[in-house]
Amino acid sequence: MTLLELKNIWKTYTLGSAQVHALRGVSLSVNKGEFLAIQGPSGSGKSTMMSLIGCLDLPTKGTILLNDIDIASMPESQLAQIRGKKIGFVFQKFNLITTLSAVENIALPMIFQRISHNEQLKRTIALLHQVGLGDRIHHKPTELSGGQQQRVAIARALATNPDIILADEPTGNLDSTTGRQIIELLVTLHNNSSKTIILVTHDDELAHYAQRIVYLLDGKIHKEWRRR
Amino acid sequence: MIHDYFFLAFAHLRHHPTRAWLTMIGIFIGIAAVVALISLGQGLQDAINSQFSTFGVDKIIVTGKSAGFGPPGQASAGKVTKADIQLLRKSPGIMRTAGRLLKPVSVDFANEVRTTYAVSLPEDDKEFELIKEVNTLRAAEGRMLKKGDKRKAMVGYDLAYKLVFSHNIKLGSKLLLNEHEYGVIGVMDRFGDPARDKAIYLMENDMRNLFDMKNEYSVVVAQLASGENPRAVAEVIKRAMGKDRHQKVGKEDFEIQTSEEILRQLTTILQIVSAVLTGIAAISLLVGGVGIMNTMYTAVLERTREIGIMKAIGARNEDILAIFLVESGMLGMTGGGLGILLGTALSKATEFVAAQMWGPNLLQASIPWYLVLGALLFSFITGTLSGVLPARKAAHMKPSEALQYE
Repeated sequence: MTLLELKNIWKTYTLGSAQVHALRGVSLSVNKGEFLAIQGPSGSGKSTMMSLIGCLDLPTKGTILLNDIDIASMPESQLAQIRGKKIGFVFQKFNLITTLSAVENIALPMIFQRISHNEQLKRTIALLHQVGLGDRIHHKPTELSGGQQQRVAIARALATNPDIILADEPTGNLDSTTGRQIIELLVTLHNNSSKTIILVTHDDELAHYAQRIVYLLDGKIHKEWRRR
Repeated sequence: MIHDYFFLAFAHLRHHPTRAWLTMIGIFIGIAAVVALISLGQGLQDAINSQFSTFGVDKIIVTGKSAGFGPPGQASAGKVTKADIQLLRKSPGIMRTAGRLLKPVSVDFANEVRTTYAVSLPEDDKEFELIKEVNTLRAAEGRMLKKGDKRKAMVGYDLAYKLVFSHNIKLGSKLLLNEHEYGVIGVMDRFGDPARDKAIYLMENDMRNLFDMKNEYSVVVAQLASGENPRAVAEVIKRAMGKDRHQKVGKEDFEIQTSEEILRQLTTILQIVSAVLTGIAAISLLVGGVGIMNTMYTAVLERTREIGIMKAIGARNEDILAIFLVESGMLGMTGGGLGILLGTALSKATEFVAAQMWGPNLLQASIPWYLVLGALLFSFITGTLSGVLPARKAAHMKPSEALQYE
């Protein structure tokens, strides 16, 4: 079942008088429960692709269907709702709110979805177990190791039970051992909860955890293959 | 939800405590000044009202047209005389009248000379009663002056005890008034009015002899019969006195004021002074607001990435707007709350000093609940309004750009 479909997507940035085409007619379809990696060198359009799939930005041209709804021309207020409900972000730099504790960071997406406090607490506790963070839950991000911060970020991404986990270089700021633990956590999530995972990376090794790999080059899909 | 906004805003303020405190100083000082000024202004108004409540609104006051500032009857272009009192007595709507004299006098006590005012008390019993009533005359020590007293004086409380002279004036002390010797037979109870508390009180005949005055009065007070309209009676008397003096309307050399008008004049002056002072204090509120705006702009810039993160995880523009507005509102309200405390302390301190100087009941700082609530609300609104522009800027950031901000 198709969850996400990109049809002939163009994204053009205007830098001064120059027009930069970050994406040039990309079409892609992602099934529910799929683990997809978007790979490519820097400047290939990976980040732009992630912004568009994550509803953080709108394409210059083209259609993006999420659950058969076109999001390519939605107003910001509706996009915010879609981001909050359907998409969980995991970033390279963890992107936790530094003034909030681990627990509070995990609860934040639920606050924006007006989820009751009791429910927030229940889900937060479950999520902490799921990502393997027991103690240190009342610590601030700066008091946590990189691996712990990324676990908090993953728990936050799962907080509103979204359809898609969008992970942008999730191991980029971690040492190789911790990085492997984090990617394995994502794999476990995929296997156990059948979430759709879209991994954006330049790293070959990381991309090979995915079922399907899309390789971007110069704003186009250069090649696409399935593992196994 | 709103309590979550408060929580998020507080989490950030807690993160930059020094900046938060510094930002609040402007609002803090502004609200403190406004609260102190308003409560003292209200206290002064109460004091004036209570003085007038003993004086009563059924009085009219006749004086010579004043040619300058100063107590009634001084530096007057025209004079009020015994003949005017006769005319007043015959006028319709008047119940009682009394005339008083008021003159500067040099007082020699134990070889120290000070200048103060001498004030007369009427010889006539009915007049005496009226003056005693409207001025709430009471002897704190010794006895009241009475008809027939010769070369006897009462002294104001402050003149006796507040070290106007090196020694306290006691009962039986001898005073030389313009070289004439008077014996002190009583001390007036405190009025709470520095001028009257430092005056010397003499019987009218003594005073006329002392200053060699035949018929004139400094001020004439008339009490209206019950149910009379003070303004209407004042108009009738004005015309009668003008006719008696052959003076044209508008060219009279005397003035008639009702006690209501005097109260209104005083109130107006007080309100203008209060408004001007409060306006000046409010400037510091404006500066405080600008301070908050500046801090909020800095916060928005610093937290650009954080705004991007919050948007990515589902915050709508309104959520971001609310978080920043609540934060600036909290800055305003906390500053305001502390300002109310300081303002209250300031006005209570002033009240204490005033009590030491003029007696306990003259000035009482009035801090009604609506002043506290109003100040709190006002500071919250100032804070929130100051946050509007920065918060809008934050709310309208594009999530993809905000996330990439380093």
